[in-house]
Amino acid sequence: MTTKPAFSVLLMPLFFAVGCNESEVMSLPGDPAKGKMAIAAYGCGSCHAIPGILGANGRTGPPLERIAERTYLAGVLPNTPEQMMRWIRIPEAIDPLTAMPNMDVSVNDARDITAYLYTLK
Amino acid sequence: MIPGTRSRAIVILGAGIATLLSGCSGSQSALNPAGSAADLIARLWWPTLVVASLVTMLVLALLLVAIFRAHKKGAALPLSARQSRNLVIACGIILPLAATIPFALSSFSIGREIDAPLPDGALTVEVVGKLWWWEVHYLDETGGRIATTANEIHIPVNEPVRFLLKSDNVIHSFWVPNLQGKTDMMPGRTNVTSVTANQPGIYRGQCAEYCGTQHALMAFLLVAEEPEAFEAWLEGQRQPAMEPATAQEMLGREVFLNEDCADCHAIRGTSAEGQDGPDLTHIASRRTLAAATTPNRIGHLGGWITDPQHIKPGNQMPSTELSPANLQALLSYLGSLE
Repeated sequence: MTTKPAFSVLLMPLFFAVGCNESEVMSLPGDPAKGKMAIAAYGCGSCHAIPGILGANGRTGPPLERIAERTYLAGVLPNTPEQMMRWIRIPEAIDPLTAMPNMDVSVNDARDITAYLYTLK
Repeated sequence: MIPGTRSRAIVILGAGIATLLSGCSGSQSALNPAGSAADLIARLWWPTLVVASLVTMLVLALLLVAIFRAHKKGAALPLSARQSRNLVIACGIILPLAATIPFALSSFSIGREIDAPLPDGALTVEVVGKLWWWEVHYLDETGGRIATTANEIHIPVNEPVRFLLKSDNVIHSFWVPNLQGKTDMMPGRTNVTSVTANQPGIYRGQCAEYCGTQHALMAFLLVAEEPEAFEAWLEGQRQPAMEPATAQEMLGREVFLNEDCADCHAIRGTSAEGQDGPDLTHIASRRTLAAATTPNRIGHLGGWITDPQHIKPGNQMPSTELSPANLQALLSYLGSLE
């Protein structure tokens, strides 16, 4: 009978970790609706195919379909909201070989764009 | 009919028409005039709508009367020859003439007023219709070119501006609905129209004569601004391109000159003198790309350079295959050309 509580104790860090993860997501309360507008304004769709964005059917860069479920971003970053925001804002600093330009995306816009991209599952 | 049903039906009908017409307001609407010519045209348009609507309702009412009387026993008495003749003269000749002559006269006089010659010193802008964009030259008194740009025309407010309209390919039509009436651009001749903007603003113009695959995306912006702002803008456009300020921009200029860009595009002040595509000397000062197809932002520009055929299929610009580093440099350089 003692194994069960021990097991629970062992699992505790996992719960904390999940909690942390959630709080990280909560610290990025981007607005997907605003993100949609920002994507259209910055012209992401000129190079990427992005579901749900009118005219976003670019072929220059990779399609962003189901981007929320990808393991890596741009082949170089773990796929987390923070990393996605970083990539959107300063792609050339993360991967000096990338063709994706720095589009001078503001923090708020990057947060909203990330929120929208995470709806693509 | 239940009392109130009719009035409710009228309200619903009215709301429907209001919704349809509200789609016509905004930056590209002949019903939202901001210029002298458009104002006259709108003043003719509204009475035309009212009279045409009344005529339609009258004809439909007569049709209904005829349909219902046909089923009434003994109601239809034959008309005498004299009565028939009078009816034809009244409803077939006098009424249509009374309805159309005022419009014809009004239309002629508006046409004369719009076409009235401008004073000699008026600002002259030459616009050439291309496949599928607009080349814009500002001319001095002798017809020499002051500045060349594309897809964005600036004019001072409250000043009549002469537009010389040309084409070197197919027929296009120059139309800024908020400011003036459609004027065709015919290969081999120069049509002249004048535009006076009464309110500062950014108005969308659109090719109004079907001209091929990308006719629908052949648009431009007309910016009407205060005379001082306009003079400053024209002085800026007159200048050659800015020198690169950073190593990245310097590399971008090399890319522009050494890749295929310079074959078709000119950047004044450099050796790029291509004439087939838009002049890019001050591309960063423009609000849109590809004839008002997308906003002029680096994301759109990158997609346009690498794959213009997917954004505007059939247009004359081929894809440019650049290394990522060269693309980045080129975007920096073009973004610096204010």
